[in-house]
Amino acid sequence: MSHPIPTRVALDALPAVRGRRLGVDGTVTVLLLLAAAACPPLFHQFEDQFWPNLLNRAMILAIAASSLNLLVGLGGLVSFGHAVYLGIGAYAVGIAAASGISDGLTQLAIAVLASAGFALLSGVVALKTRGTHFIMLTMAFAQMAYFLMVGLRQYGGDDGLTLDSRSLFPAPIDLENAATMYYATLVLLAAIVLFGACLKASRFGLIVMASKGSERRVRTQGFNPVPYRLALYVAAGMLCGIAGFLQANLSTFITPAMMSWTQSGELLFMIILGGTGAIAGPLLGALLFVLIQELLGSITSYWTLYFGFGLVAVALYGKGGLMGQIMRGGPR
Amino acid sequence: MNIALVVSQIVNGVQFALVLFLLAAGLSLVFGIMKFINLAHGVFYMAGAYIGATVAVSTGSFLLAIVAAVLGTFALGLLLEVLVIRHLYHKDELDHVLATFGLLLSADAAVRGIWGSVALSIPLPDWLNGRLVFAGIDLPLYRAVIVGAGLCVAAVLWFVITRTRVGITVRAAASNAVMAQALGIDARRVFLLLFGAGAALAGFAGILIGPITGATVGMGDQIVILAFVVIIIGGVGSVRGAFIGALAIGLIDTLGRAFLPGLLDTTLPHAFASAAGPALASVLIYLIMSIVLLVRPAGLFPPANR
Repeated sequence: MSHPIPTRVALDALPAVRGRRLGVDGTVTVLLLLAAAACPPLFHQFEDQFWPNLLNRAMILAIAASSLNLLVGLGGLVSFGHAVYLGIGAYAVGIAAASGISDGLTQLAIAVLASAGFALLSGVVALKTRGTHFIMLTMAFAQMAYFLMVGLRQYGGDDGLTLDSRSLFPAPIDLENAATMYYATLVLLAAIVLFGACLKASRFGLIVMASKGSERRVRTQGFNPVPYRLALYVAAGMLCGIAGFLQANLSTFITPAMMSWTQSGELLFMIILGGTGAIAGPLLGALLFVLIQELLGSITSYWTLYFGFGLVAVALYGKGGLMGQIMRGGPR
Repeated sequence: MNIALVVSQIVNGVQFALVLFLLAAGLSLVFGIMKFINLAHGVFYMAGAYIGATVAVSTGSFLLAIVAAVLGTFALGLLLEVLVIRHLYHKDELDHVLATFGLLLSADAAVRGIWGSVALSIPLPDWLNGRLVFAGIDLPLYRAVIVGAGLCVAAVLWFVITRTRVGITVRAAASNAVMAQALGIDARRVFLLLFGAGAALAGFAGILIGPITGATVGMGDQIVILAFVVIIIGGVGSVRGAFIGALAIGLIDTLGRAFLPGLLDTTLPHAFASAAGPALASVLIYLIMSIVLLVRPAGLFPPANR
């Protein structure tokens, strides 16, 4: 090899190769987002509260799941404590509001920064490990935050915290309006999906993906994957913090249960059901999860019995998730 | 603070530690040998309590309840291993956590369906219901019984693992599964029986704790995380590590909750201490786990030959 750094040339050439696969994935993503934008007018301008609210929840979960998929799909870092950032984002709103800060942008900044701080501190420790240990460490750190909030009586403790009003934003944006809340979520979701797609195609993304495949080879090429992984971990935490901010505003009620480890398990289920290899995967997974929960929940109060069996089935037989199936069937 | 209170809190801590140990020992072996994360391990703990409660109420015999709980969870463990767990070993850890998380959700729902969502209480026979009084210290007898039973199981486990043929097989599989198989050990059978034994230990823990906490839906979901913390600290795959880790976590957690808020109150402003005390006490063990991992990533007592 006469070229000084041959890998970098190879890396630059790669997005073109991968571009073909992005075709199906990208199309499904855009279709899902467009459908989300078109849905509310179909439901008579938010007169029917049920479905827009359900979809809004699905979109917030899609943001959280997309951020988790950056870790799992891109970096191979299976976090079982990702819901902690939903809680941190939500409590940032709740605690700020309780301390008299109702400005939305400030609250959002607090949510994102607090998530980044938690991700940085826990990431430094957790990323020293791989695989099973990483799973359990992320879970343990999430439990730590969970019990912290259960212990803090002044912020509701176990009973949770009720918001008097949603976050305040400058004039045209009024989150109290259901349509504004809905489209604000959609815009943020689209932005985060786009960010994920750019990250996947970037050199940063390639290094992270390569070190998922073989850390040793990446090191041999002269890259130290550790700071890349940490940056990815922090970025995923910040994005999920945004989802927490939105979740707090949608439900105006915050409990420690938002960051319980079962919630983290549900996020993992979403991305695996949808497919970790695709950008549309988490969107599809979040939508299906909310629908399953709502439909099964309305049929039987023991819906988690069947949901649990579904999880086992997905783990045993689900290869690449729904998007994996779609992309395998579609043009390559 | 008076001595009697400290002693009784230490006994509470040791009792909690031994329950944790019963859970962590099985979890650690399954995790260490099969590289399998079983989030549903707490299901056996819950099942032990429910089976025990049913038998104790219908027969009136607590000893029979213990036998039924141990045998029942052993059988449940074997069944789950054959039906589900066995097909997951060769998959990656993401599938492990997803499937066992699913089992846990299903099991919680099933228990709610069979026994209802109201907690079941497990009556203690009179001979276990007394109090232990000596030197001004007054303890419930049953807590001492749990400590004794836990220590007995720990001793039996230690004997089986270090002094018997079964034990050497398990240790061989734990330190190098491939080599153990090459030497003619039937890994499939070892895995099956080990999974069942781990389930039975958890079931035993469940029926032991049942008379104190009652049998409730999801009672294993939180404590299994603590059991994971125990084996991370102790070193995965090591029963000795699980024992010492469980003692450390049980004592630190119990004593931290009991005395840390008061201790902070004497050194820090009251308003801050009353807010931070309970919160700090509840995250204490996770802080300690982080420190242990930073210093010794493989845990304090990892098995040899890794």
